[in-house]
Amino acid sequence: MATADLQRNDQTVIEFDVRTDEMLVNMGPQHPSTHGVLRLVLRTDGEVVSEVTPHLGYLHRCAEKIGENVLPIQFIPYTDRMDYLAGMNMNLGYSMAVEKLCGMKIPEKAQVIRVLIVEMNRIASHLVGMGAYGLDLGTFSPFLYAFREREMILDLFEEVCGARLTYSYVTIGGVHDDLPEGWVGRCQQFLDYLEPRVEEYHTLLTRNAIFVQRTAGIGIMSKELALSHGCSGPMLRGSLNAAAGDPAWDLRKTEPYCGYEQYNFKAIIPPFPEAPPEAVLGDCWHRFYVRMLELVESIKIVREALKKYPQAQGSHRIEPPRHLPAGEAYVETECPRGQMGFYVIGRNTKDPVLLRVRARSSSFSNLSVTNAICAGCLIADVPAIVGSIDIVMGEVDR
Amino acid sequence: MGWLEGRFEESVITSTLEQVINWARESSMWPMTFGLACCAIEMMASGASRYDMDRFGAGAFRATPRQADLMIVAGTVNYKMASRVRRLYNQMPDPKFVIAMGACTCGGGPYYKYGYNVVKGVDLVVPVDVYVPGCPPRPEALLEGLMRIQDKVRGMKDLTKNQPVEVPIPSRTGYVLLPPELSDPDPLKEAEKQNAFAKRTKEQAAPSKA
Amino acid sequence: MTPADITAALEAKFGDRIKAKKLDAIDPFVVVDAADLVEVCRFLRDDPALRFEILSCVSGVDYFEPDPKKALKAGFEPHVEVVYHLQSFTHRHRFVVKVSLPRWKGDKPGDLPEVPSVTGVWLAADWHEREVYDLSGVWFTGHPDPRRMLLAEDWEGHPLRKDYEFPLEYHGMRGR
Repeated sequence: MATADLQRNDQTVIEFDVRTDEMLVNMGPQHPSTHGVLRLVLRTDGEVVSEVTPHLGYLHRCAEKIGENVLPIQFIPYTDRMDYLAGMNMNLGYSMAVEKLCGMKIPEKAQVIRVLIVEMNRIASHLVGMGAYGLDLGTFSPFLYAFREREMILDLFEEVCGARLTYSYVTIGGVHDDLPEGWVGRCQQFLDYLEPRVEEYHTLLTRNAIFVQRTAGIGIMSKELALSHGCSGPMLRGSLNAAAGDPAWDLRKTEPYCGYEQYNFKAIIPPFPEAPPEAVLGDCWHRFYVRMLELVESIKIVREALKKYPQAQGSHRIEPPRHLPAGEAYVETECPRGQMGFYVIGRNTKDPVLLRVRARSSSFSNLSVTNAICAGCLIADVPAIVGSIDIVMGEVDR
Repeated sequence: MGWLEGRFEESVITSTLEQVINWARESSMWPMTFGLACCAIEMMASGASRYDMDRFGAGAFRATPRQADLMIVAGTVNYKMASRVRRLYNQMPDPKFVIAMGACTCGGGPYYKYGYNVVKGVDLVVPVDVYVPGCPPRPEALLEGLMRIQDKVRGMKDLTKNQPVEVPIPSRTGYVLLPPELSDPDPLKEAEKQNAFAKRTKEQAAPSKA
Repeated sequence: MTPADITAALEAKFGDRIKAKKLDAIDPFVVVDAADLVEVCRFLRDDPALRFEILSCVSGVDYFEPDPKKALKAGFEPHVEVVYHLQSFTHRHRFVVKVSLPRWKGDKPGDLPEVPSVTGVWLAADWHEREVYDLSGVWFTGHPDPRRMLLAEDWEGHPLRKDYEFPLEYHGMRGR
């Protein structure tokens, strides 16, 4: 029904008004703008898409089965490989679930390092999100700019844990090692370098006329639709409206963990006074802009954490108990892509492995809304919409 | 070509046609944009600012297999994806080369034991020229793999020796059971052999009493 | 609202149709019958004091110990649970609803146990239920699109069942 209305009202559709038949177009799994191996089957009528059916599973790597066969601490590397753009955040979610099951209390120093590292990874992840979104829309230079800064973050991570992409740094009971000497200063230096660069990105993309044309008013999602599909993160926040009294929905604010309540930052929700006049609440542009502003907030949090780090009490890690207790725990954390949940169930026996590990991935729920927001758009808008969801297929398929 | 060399002015170089073709081919490898999983991010990083794959002529990532001659399988291939990988490989024009990037494509990697859905090495699906191990390999490692492919191109003799382009044979077969002439008829003997191997390694691993 | 209040509200509405509750667990939960599930879910979503708008996660858990020696000490009867994690956008509380099922319908191996689908209550349930069907082997009656989600269409078995046997080969590719 939405399609028919759009076809009647939309000028672009009238322009293409040629009698056409329905056609099925297969997009993916090998397609440059599906962020990996997503496969979309589009039911199209001329240029207009009437239905999008995502087909998943081209990267299903059996993480949940592995989780119930290996020791809890051995599963941490697998969580890295779920959302490979934000490995630290995934480590944190899983570690917190096991810690909740065991009833562990984490020392302050470990908490501060966790916040520090996780927010750095959020910056790196949003940078890739921005660069890849630029690629989806046909511009190459933001990608180069984003990777220039991201490499610096990876250098910092490499000093901390030795890996560039799959860190396994945050573990059960804290973090694997203390920060190396002089790292705080180098991190500070990097932030001083990054902060003025954010303006460059706005010039490259946010205020770019072509970019605004391709994203503003495209893929509009209402708050009710987002909630009923279980969307979260920037995907949901792009549809909220502070002026209408919507809460600042961010798990770091609503259910603070890791001591986030001590940090001074704000959850980003529209309206934005600097939005272009074409942009509508809940469209691709808003989702993108929420990410860009979150990046700035993350810089603030990292700065505060760097100040806190020298005075933080306690050790960077405590030993987890030898035997896992029975029971079950579900923990959600705010990852760059939304609320990532881990559900772990312990055993009654002395068997050290978990009975069940379930990962509730944010991209999975965010992607499920594709059909609803793509209906009635043009084929060329599908990459713009899918790109604005910012999926990572490793997390969708697990 | 000896008598011809050095007979012309300094700016003229003599060479064989084959060498020229190989040189052109190796310095404009066009890889296919084929990111599957985590390794794809490192593949992107090797194409981006710092590592800049363009220096070696392989920066033009093509979105379609029909314009590409190098397939970098970056990431875990699973059973659902395997037939697609094979189809993409078939669509590439000859001569074509494959780099298996990362532990998963080399042999299953961390998903070897409990990964019911993961192909244990992409060489069960397509023939592989160069294996780049690592989980994920650093961009330097991928560049090294690319240079090994270029070595291979440099040695191609499809023009003078009139040989067809050598298509590498998969090192392992895709079948569950070995053919009868290769399989050991006596399972007991096989177990004995394995035990002997295990014993020997154990002895070697034991700390020496010096 | 605290979990105790939510449980009290559910008990006031449904009485003894709430089969079990556990308030001292890390995440308190109630257990309902499969037949009552949709009604309970609709009440949880629509009641103005509860307002669970977000269905975070649907998980299938197989309680089964394939090793007969360990099975005696496992501490549970073999069964399958479907777990619904709910979250409220308005009131910011969380709750868990569980449905307990036999491992096989009518104890006949191969017949999947059945639960009514809650797709009509939360649209998010659509994909989650497909995934649970695919991996844990629970059939959701009334689901609009009951296909496998992650594995191939011709896949056999449900991998997250504890007695699942890993395939030795798939279409000519060896699995070991």
